[in-house]
Amino acid sequence: MKKIINDPSQVVAEMVDGLVRSYPDIVELIPETEAVVRADSDTMEGKVGLISGGGSGHEPAHAGFVGKGMLSAAVCGQVFTSPTPDQIYEAIKAADHGKGVFMVVKNYSGDVMNFDMAKDLAEMDDIRVKSIVVDDDIAVENSLYTQGRRGVAGTILMHKILGAAADQGASLDEIAALAQAVLPHIKTIGVALNAATVPEVGKPGFELKEDEIEYGVGIHSEPGYRTEKIKPSNELCQELLGKLDSELHLSEDKSYAVLVNGMGATPLMEQYIFSHDLLNQLEEKGIKPDFMRVGNYMTSIDMAGLSLTILELADEAWLDYLRYPVKTIAWNN
Amino acid sequence: MDLALDQATKWLELFGDEIEKNKAYLSDLDTPIGDADHGFNMARGMEAVETSLAQKAPADLAGLFKQTAMALITKVGGASGPLYGTAFLEMSKQAAQTSELNSLLAAALAGIKKRGGAAAGDKTMVDVWEAVLPELAQGTLTDAKIDEAVEATKPLIAKKGRASYLGERSKGHIDPGAMSSGYLFKALLKAVA
Ligand SMILES: Nc1ncnc2c1ncn2[C@@H]1O[C@H](COP(=O)(O)OP(=O)(O)OP(=O)(O)O)[C@@H](O)[C@H]1O
Ligand SMILES: [Mg+2]
Repeated sequence: MKKIINDPSQVVAEMVDGLVRSYPDIVELIPETEAVVRADSDTMEGKVGLISGGGSGHEPAHAGFVGKGMLSAAVCGQVFTSPTPDQIYEAIKAADHGKGVFMVVKNYSGDVMNFDMAKDLAEMDDIRVKSIVVDDDIAVENSLYTQGRRGVAGTILMHKILGAAADQGASLDEIAALAQAVLPHIKTIGVALNAATVPEVGKPGFELKEDEIEYGVGIHSEPGYRTEKIKPSNELCQELLGKLDSELHLSEDKSYAVLVNGMGATPLMEQYIFSHDLLNQLEEKGIKPDFMRVGNYMTSIDMAGLSLTILELADEAWLDYLRYPVKTIAWNN
Repeated sequence: MDLALDQATKWLELFGDEIEKNKAYLSDLDTPIGDADHGFNMARGMEAVETSLAQKAPADLAGLFKQTAMALITKVGGASGPLYGTAFLEMSKQAAQTSELNSLLAAALAGIKKRGGAAAGDKTMVDVWEAVLPELAQGTLTDAKIDEAVEATKPLIAKKGRASYLGERSKGHIDPGAMSSGYLFKALLKAVA
């Protein structure tokens, strides 16, 4: 393992400290936690608070999306491990300005339970809390009888949309309804070239041969659905787009937002090449996305690979929310 | 039987020792069907329990379980933190009314099931709790029966937690949370013997 770190057990504390001290005008540390809140609390006055969080290792998610127009606060758990309820509860308190707090949670059993307990704690303090559990990864079959699908890069589009609505004064109930409306329209699928190495573990989560790739790998190196030989970008794109198409039934009569997301070790050059293939293939279907982003939004430490998210903009207002001005470390409009 | 404060304290001590001793093994069990952290998560939590109890000796059973719950909830993270945390929190609430062991454990199991939504057969710690509680109530629980309950998770397909992403591929592995719950009940048997 070769990493720019000090003590592996201190990576989260040191990372969070570095982040808040590098961007003091945008975020600050919530005392005695590894959670961050907007530096400018005036921007949250009279508005619903929006928080998220999860295990660390997905930077810039989620702390990089804290700022006016997006998240109010974010909680950074240990690497790939859900944060604890007490920390989430501190973030809820920091984000609450009398209108309640909305939580964006990714669908992992740990995250769901810890955020739920934090909600119980906050309600004892008379803070109203609602939440959405994002499950955009279509690699896993959906089923009522399992944990269901995982939450991955599409979560960032949820942050952006809800953050814009909150900034414009939407109520807690309105934000909850908006989140429910958007959720079924966000779908993501990824491909990995190799797995991530967790600092405390010291070796990759799984092994792929030099010339192999795996489709559908999760952001914690969860196994995907198929391993194959590496292919040209346009063929990878065909596979990923085909999967999304079978879920979303892409049509030239509809409007879409697209996120090409790097997993951490894939250069932007390759992400743009993939985007070139993607836009060509969409064009063949008569589709031109109304909104697109390319870059590292939801990473998996040093995993190589990328994910493709498509959001069907079933309501025109969602496009305005995506374009709404925002000032965070990792997303600026 | 009624659980006395010193028995319960002994129980937690023995459980902590067992977790510390087997943390690498628990994380190994969590490798093929999880994310290799269950042993480290639990060890971090039981260490915090020990520290908390050393700092402030609880006055009664309810206090002991409450302190244990809070240490686990704030230090474990993952899925097992809220699950074990809820179990001890429910025992703490129950202990305000009764110190009868079976009713304490029944409250704990109800809490785990409510928090995680798992049922028997889903390949989680719930399988061990469901198998062990009736035996304990009848006074027929042994270490061998606990081992059996843990081992019984091996052929199952996981329906809850990280292992459920693997579907069929989760077969053939012991569930790590079932194993740690196995340690919990063995420690209990020893403490009340
Ligand atoms: N919904 C659930 N109900 C009951 N038990 C569960 C549930 N989900 C997971 N478990 C238990 O938790 C154990 C795993 O705990 P662990 O400490 O490894 O957390 P984790 O799932 O890795 O969390 P995270 O994904 O946040 O790291 C499993 O072996 C299983 O027994
Ligand atoms: Mg685990």
